[in-house]
Amino acid sequence: MANVSLLPAGDYRTTYRADTTIFPTRNSRIALWLGLALVAASPLFFGRYELSLLINIGIMGIAALGLNILVGFTGQISIGHAAFFGVGAFASAWLHESFHIPVWACIPLAGVITAVVGLVFGAPAARLKGLYLAIATLAAQFILEDFFARARWFTGGVAGRLTEPLTLFGFAFDREETYIYVVLFFVVVMFLGAANLMRTRDGRALVAVRDHYLSAEIMGINLAYYRTLSFGIASLYAGIGGALYAHYLMFVSVEAFNILFSIQFLGMVIIGGLGSIMGSLMGAAFMVLLPEVVQSAAEALSGSAIDRLLRIGGSISYLREMAIGAAIIAFLIFEPDGLAHRWRLVKAYWKLYPYSH
Amino acid sequence: MDLALLFQLTLNGLIVGALYGVVAMSFVLIYKASQVVNFAQGEFLLVGAWVCWWFLTDWQLPFWAGFLFTLAFMTVFGLVLQVVVLRPLIGEPVISVIMATIGLGIFFQALMKWIFGVFAKPFPPIFPVERVSVMGLEVQTVYLVSLGISLLIMIGFAWFFTASKHGLAMRATAFDQQVAQSLGVSVPRVFAMSWAISAVVSAVAGVVVGVVNGVSSALSFYGIKVFPAVILGGLDSVLGAVLGGIIIGLLENWAHYLDSQWLNWGNMFQIAPFYALVLILLLKPYGLFGTKNIERV
Repeated sequence: MANVSLLPAGDYRTTYRADTTIFPTRNSRIALWLGLALVAASPLFFGRYELSLLINIGIMGIAALGLNILVGFTGQISIGHAAFFGVGAFASAWLHESFHIPVWACIPLAGVITAVVGLVFGAPAARLKGLYLAIATLAAQFILEDFFARARWFTGGVAGRLTEPLTLFGFAFDREETYIYVVLFFVVVMFLGAANLMRTRDGRALVAVRDHYLSAEIMGINLAYYRTLSFGIASLYAGIGGALYAHYLMFVSVEAFNILFSIQFLGMVIIGGLGSIMGSLMGAAFMVLLPEVVQSAAEALSGSAIDRLLRIGGSISYLREMAIGAAIIAFLIFEPDGLAHRWRLVKAYWKLYPYSH
Repeated sequence: MDLALLFQLTLNGLIVGALYGVVAMSFVLIYKASQVVNFAQGEFLLVGAWVCWWFLTDWQLPFWAGFLFTLAFMTVFGLVLQVVVLRPLIGEPVISVIMATIGLGIFFQALMKWIFGVFAKPFPPIFPVERVSVMGLEVQTVYLVSLGISLLIMIGFAWFFTASKHGLAMRATAFDQQVAQSLGVSVPRVFAMSWAISAVVSAVAGVVVGVVNGVSSALSFYGIKVFPAVILGGLDSVLGAVLGGIIIGLLENWAHYLDSQWLNWGNMFQIAPFYALVLILLLKPYGLFGTKNIERV
């Protein structure tokens, strides 16, 4: 989590404003605008399949960012993130159907509802930490899953719930080519929001709670308040991600938000890098693309002797799960700081080339 | 009121609870010795049961031989896991270690599904008599034997921790690693041993459950049911784990009774332990017998 600064020698910051800026160098700003322009232009040169991958990366990235605020910045653990993601998905669909609130307003409202649910389940977080909290959120996962299966008025029961596409001024964002702009908008807003949060007193308080909670308390930081707050923020992000997911798929099923999905979110945070905002997006991209890589590897092998010997064809979903588990373990052992750290090393290498020592 | 059903469910609760107690004990063993919360405990049951099933059906071994081979396999399995995955993570933050065991859990669950399929498969019959009657109740022989095995394991643990050299070394390590090290205890070896023992004991529980219900990935749910049990008993108390297991076993069966007689909500059997878990965490997070963690600056 150490921020390796790559400013040229002699380029000093002289004001606090310059020191806390989100994009410190001209190149990083250029890269940002270039990246945004590329994603915005992607419907021109990508097919629907690639676009759906991009949309998934964006949605998962938002939810993973929320989990990263909780796990990476505050040092709390949650194994129930997918359940909150599900609450957001159902809440948005339910709000739209029962109260006829337009979808564009449902998505943020669903985030707020999820945040409230998160605060209820985060109440133990005020007192618990570490593995006790992990176990409490595990219980939350199962209780919420049970609630989803039970509450027909909210989730549609076992049959699931159909959702409407997002419409704005009579224009329906109901295809990959258009929905990507909705996701892009929310990704930009949520990621800027998180980056700004980390520059405020509250954000720094969260980091202080993570780094040494006793010192933080001595400095006047209310531990219970900030631990619960962090849980609420994480749920807000999960809720918005879930709502976007619901209006993208236009169908939400009860079984989707299981513990494996929660573990995938944790995997995104670990693989992307704990306490790194852009890392959340990288981790989400890794987790979304990993199954695709496994799939294409299996297809490349199909028909060969290895395929027949190992029965790869029929067990692709197990192979995906195994790949997720193996990726998490491999990153923990070989690259515990995640992709964000690796990316910084790559940048440093090119910046300092050829005199890197 | 259906008293016969209540009685039957209570007996079920005791038997299943004793199994939870055994799994909880092996969970606590790892936690005490190496401070690792093992989210892959259920997969130990799963792997053990499948391996035993494989020895019995594909290799056509008699039960005792297959069982012994399974125990040998699980010893190696536990050792390898500890050395390859957990040892590099010593000194890393809690989240990394938890995530590693979660990763192990989904990896082995998927691997077992890949190798053995998703459908529950029954063990070949082991006991000549399927059912015996105890005080007018029909009880499966396997259940009685499993209760006996659970008690044996518990007694074995008690002996191990109070009288054997390795058990004492393990307790010393749990108490203070540095002191244990200075007295000549090899801490890495204790860690590895705790994982091996835990894997073996869990596998025994897995085989017992497999013989009763057939082997399927549902077995790994025992590893999750273990959390209410150990939190109730106190994370670092072996006695608490046993008691917690029995209480949770009774609780879920009584919740089932309540549900089937009056409430008709369905699924209370699965979910009641988790409500209990949240309550315990709110009211008494260190459980009945756990060490209260007092922090000083």
